[in-house]
Amino acid sequence: MWYYEKKLQYPVKVRDCNPRLAKYLIEQYGGADGELAAALRYLNQRYTIPDKVVGLLNDIGTEEFAHLEMIATMVYKLTKDATPEQLKEAGLGAHYANHDRALFYQNAAGDPFTATYIQAKGDPIADLYEDIAAEEKARATYQWIINMSDDPELNDSLKFLREREVIHSLRFREAVEILKDERDRKKIF
Amino acid sequence: MFSQFKYWEPYISPFDPCPPIRVKSYSTPPNLYINFQPPGMPQFKTPKQALLHGTLWPDLYSPYPNPAKRGDQLE
Amino acid sequence: MNKQMPPEYYKQLEDIQAVDFVLVELTLYLDTHPNDWDAIEQFNHYAKKSKALKSEFEKQFGPLMQYGRSYSNYPWDWNDTPWPWQV
Repeated sequence: MWYYEKKLQYPVKVRDCNPRLAKYLIEQYGGADGELAAALRYLNQRYTIPDKVVGLLNDIGTEEFAHLEMIATMVYKLTKDATPEQLKEAGLGAHYANHDRALFYQNAAGDPFTATYIQAKGDPIADLYEDIAAEEKARATYQWIINMSDDPELNDSLKFLREREVIHSLRFREAVEILKDERDRKKIF
Repeated sequence: MFSQFKYWEPYISPFDPCPPIRVKSYSTPPNLYINFQPPGMPQFKTPKQALLHGTLWPDLYSPYPNPAKRGDQLE
Repeated sequence: MNKQMPPEYYKQLEDIQAVDFVLVELTLYLDTHPNDWDAIEQFNHYAKKSKALKSEFEKQFGPLMQYGRSYSNYPWDWNDTPWPWQV
């Protein structure tokens, strides 16, 4: 089971009321390489991957939920007090018509979240390579959002999340090395 | 020591409609150069520093945006 | 009346975030390096420190966890604002 802790993993500060950034950030909330997809992908893979790397998938998957909450916090703060007029100007008019300021699991283009984002092949090497690719794609997404944002405080939190993708990618590479390892093999010659 | 960004110069046609970006770059973070983290790597001195960098180990820190842009790179 | 958290809240929270971050990093590291004695020692050191910081924080600002992982004051104070996305 899980326990909730009433704190963010990293402080999230937002300087400007800029709902347009929320529209981009939603990519990391409900997009194909976003935090929700990552959390669900890793936790789902736990059940069929060799025991030696279950702990890692469990713990990275759990950390992704903390990242999801950080992204939600950013979106919440960027839109909380924005007027319908501001939301319209930010390209969020259609979102407002459907959802008011509620968060919705969708990507930056407005496509709703889908289970097809969560790959599960059952082959441990294929799945771990998928995970490594997912981390690198998420890293790239953070880069593109940082490139479009001029809010230094928000960017500080985004840089933290980008660095976490780098670390997770390394750990998944180590998991591949662990599964490649031949120490357990019976020597027959 | 490796570099955290790589550069390349795309082909430029006289018929390209936008002003050309002559040098493009991409990020090559430290994890690409390590298959398995060796034990005992130096750590940031305080938990606060580790938190602010997003990692416990300076050698795994990947700055972004590129802190040292190449002189001929326009953006 | 609009409730505001004092600077002390943010400071203590960040101290906890820093120590807990080291614990996250070491957890992932130990998942792939289960025999690193020094890292386990460091992990246990910070696990103890985290518990101490949280017990101090909770005395002033209420429970960080529930389902019985934190004690409650009277009345039940888990619902009290601010939630993490509000601060």
